[in-house]
Amino acid sequence: MIKRQTMPLQDKNIRNKNFDEVALGFELKQIKIEASRCLNCKNPLCVKACPVNINIPKFIKEIIKDDYEEAYSTIYKENIMPGVCGRVCPQEKQCEGACVLGIKQESVSIGALERFLGDYSLENNIFNKENIIENNLKVAIVGSGPAGLSAAASLRRLGYSCDIYEALHDFGGVLRYGIPEFRLPKSIVDEEINRLKNLNINFHKNTIIGKTLTVDQLFNEYNYKAIFVATGAGLPKSLHIKGENLNGVYYANEFLTRVNLMKAYQFPNSPTPIKVGDVVCVVGGGNVAMDAARVAKRLGAKEVFVLYRRDMEALPARREEINHAIEEKIDFRLCLNPVELIGEDYILKTVKAEIMKLGEKDSSGRKRPIPTGKYKTFKIDSCIIAIGQNPNPILKNTTNNLKVDQKDRIIVENCQTSIPGVFAGGDIVTGAATVIEAMGAGKRAAESINKYIKSTL
Amino acid sequence: MYKILKKEILNQDVDLMVIEAPLVSKNTKPGNFVIIRVDKDGERIPLTILENDKNTITIVYQKLGYSTIQLGKKEVNGHLEDVVGPLGKSKEIKFYKRIIGIAGGVGAAPLYPQLKAYSEIGCKVDLIIGARTKEHLILVDKYKKFCDNIYYATDDGSKGVKGFVTDAMKQVYKNNHYDLAIAIGPLIMMKNSYLLNKNYNLETDVSLNPIMIDGTGMCGNCRVSINGKTYFACVDGPDFPAEGIDFEELFHRQNYYKKEEHKCKMQLGDSK
Ligand SMILES: Cc1cc2nc3c(=O)[nH]c(=O)nc-3n(C[C@H](O)[C@H](O)[C@H](O)COP(=O)(O)OP(=O)(O)OC[C@H]3O[C@@H](n4cnc5c(N)ncnc54)[C@H](O)[C@@H]3O)c2cc1C
Ligand SMILES: Cc1cc2nc3c(=O)[nH]c(=O)nc-3n(C[C@H](O)[C@H](O)[C@H](O)COP(=O)(O)OP(=O)(O)OC[C@H]3O[C@@H](n4cnc5c(N)ncnc54)[C@H](O)[C@@H]3O)c2cc1C
Ligand code: SF4
Ligand code: SF4
Ligand code: FES
Repeated sequence: MIKRQTMPLQDKNIRNKNFDEVALGFELKQIKIEASRCLNCKNPLCVKACPVNINIPKFIKEIIKDDYEEAYSTIYKENIMPGVCGRVCPQEKQCEGACVLGIKQESVSIGALERFLGDYSLENNIFNKENIIENNLKVAIVGSGPAGLSAAASLRRLGYSCDIYEALHDFGGVLRYGIPEFRLPKSIVDEEINRLKNLNINFHKNTIIGKTLTVDQLFNEYNYKAIFVATGAGLPKSLHIKGENLNGVYYANEFLTRVNLMKAYQFPNSPTPIKVGDVVCVVGGGNVAMDAARVAKRLGAKEVFVLYRRDMEALPARREEINHAIEEKIDFRLCLNPVELIGEDYILKTVKAEIMKLGEKDSSGRKRPIPTGKYKTFKIDSCIIAIGQNPNPILKNTTNNLKVDQKDRIIVENCQTSIPGVFAGGDIVTGAATVIEAMGAGKRAAESINKYIKSTL
Repeated sequence: MYKILKKEILNQDVDLMVIEAPLVSKNTKPGNFVIIRVDKDGERIPLTILENDKNTITIVYQKLGYSTIQLGKKEVNGHLEDVVGPLGKSKEIKFYKRIIGIAGGVGAAPLYPQLKAYSEIGCKVDLIIGARTKEHLILVDKYKKFCDNIYYATDDGSKGVKGFVTDAMKQVYKNNHYDLAIAIGPLIMMKNSYLLNKNYNLETDVSLNPIMIDGTGMCGNCRVSINGKTYFACVDGPDFPAEGIDFEELFHRQNYYKKEEHKCKMQLGDSK
């Protein structure tokens, strides 16, 4: 029995002071060993569990044959960003979680293999030649996150001319402004997006649909046949407690945007500042909270702790990120729910949290946190609120007849919204989810859009 | 890239620029602003749109810190890296019989499009404009085209009342009645104008300028407390009725990065 290969990592006491990538990627030797572990199942469960159904045993077989080019191409057909997904997919819940090997031993490290192929193709400048037959029909895509990018690629392959409109000054959505450099180097995001530019997808930055151009204008003045809305879940959720507007309190979005999009970690060589002080409290337990905590540590905070109202088992973040955070000396203070942020002279000084005890399991399958009426306080310099994001409301607020649910998510049926010709997918429809689920939604939307346009011709 | 078509030095601290940005200007209404980045890797800074025509927008900026100084170094035919907009809620222009506009310093720029829009629907508008010295009074010729009366206040008394706009307001109010006041300028000036107007039962609108990053409601940096509720100035504002605004909190939030801004100006300042 060959053991699952372990990912080489940057040393934990060095990496928590820099922004270089933590996971270094398999060496070629490890790739071979790992690929040889795959049983090449007849009915591969891993494929079903991948939201875009990559033919995993096929690309692994191609790796074994040393045909990396073909292996890359097998992935690229279904997933235009293997370098990104190999790094950030929650594989343990998706492909690897379903791998049969995982029942008795450890699953195949599918993500690491995918990452290798993504990087290999970028380093060796290998890409699929796409034979696009133009149909001269135009589709507009709103938002350049994973959902928008993947829809654009799929539509382009069907011959459509695609314009991606992005509100920010750079592309990639959360890949750009949310997920930090040490988990997902921006050079990888850049290069994988560049491949799409080479497919002649047109990218328009600084264009907010609903503001710069309205949906009506896109249809009536620009003659788009359809619009795909992939505006993501970018609105920060508030704790609704006293003191949330004190200086030193950040929503994770602001904190991560300053650091990732604006490169505040290079301040003063980059003009956007950030400061965290010595003691940082991060509220929340998901990927965003882990990212915020690890960024705070790297910005020089002496003590970073995560405040979470349930226990360790219930943390929704990826296992790998939690482990990496622990290794980097992030402290977890559990069963604590913040109730007040206290400041002096408008500057945050203290967080007061209620001690929770865990009761019966709730609808989420996790033990319900119950208030105890007892409190703890911690002296802190900043607090980062990372308890989730709501869908971005700009488009809804500026577009008549666009139906949304109580949580402001756009309602769709087969990717179609309540407005004819307007489709939607990704986090704006599902609420905060994953990169590859958003990409899957983009692909499905492309099919619906194709059907719709063909039916109107 | 966005081309600079015209640049005018209004005084030693303030310039006006006309920028080619047809998409931004397309849907621009009074009260809207843009966020610009001067160069690649630049900071995102918000600036009000003074006016717009088919292809261009006009901005007026005070060279205050690193990014606005970098902006001031750009010349005609040069380019700005990024201009995004129109941002913010446009001002709802409703009829009032008489309106007093109150401008402090570079606040004369954001006030201009609103006041003009009010005059265009038939409101009678007057202006009180204040600055450090006579040289620092900006856009007066533009205001003259539609304001019935213009009153001045300067710190050094070089034009109009010697003192603050509030000193001028007290004098003007002796003989005039207004139905709405719009005060735009430094926070302290907006706050004091509001407090004074309260004594006259005069409603005051202000324009808030918290620190912003994206300008689309995504980051939450621009939050302000009004009557105990939190608003995002970039999407809910930047114009608000002054009643209930926590000016003190906003003042502290604006100054959170003072030290860093200074460092940035010193270290990056002229090296680039
Ligand atoms: C900090 C963080 C860490 C994460 N880590 C992981 C991870 O490790 N693994 C994983 O699988 N998932 C992770 N996720 C979730 C994942 O990133 C999202 O599910 C995914 O990015 C959603 O893609 P999307 O295309 O729907 O939206 P987004 O990525 O949010 O992109 C939406 C884009 O639309 C733009 N936009 C919004 N409104 C407009 C408009 N009106 N006009 C024009 N453009 C507009 C936005 O600026 C943005 O660029 C993380 C999320 C965050 C915030
Ligand atoms: C909606 C809005 C409209 C504005 N319109 C105008 C205008 O028409 N003309 C004009 O001269 N100024 C305007 N401002 C203010 C202008 O954005 C700031 O002066 C500018 O960002 C300062 O940047 P700096 O790097 O030059 O100075 P810094 O030294 O970095 O900052 C000086 C002060 O400016 C403020 N500031 C800094 N960064 C930002 C930021 N990203 N967003 C907002 N404020 C910031 C802070 O209070 C800071 O203390 C407006 C601000 C807002 C929010
Ligand atoms: S895209 Fe993600 S889920 Fe699919 S195979 Fe790759 S790593 Fe697994
Ligand atoms: S389930 Fe596991 S062993 Fe089977 S094909 Fe997929 S990766 Fe290989
Ligand atoms: S500037 Fe980011 S939410 Fe307003």
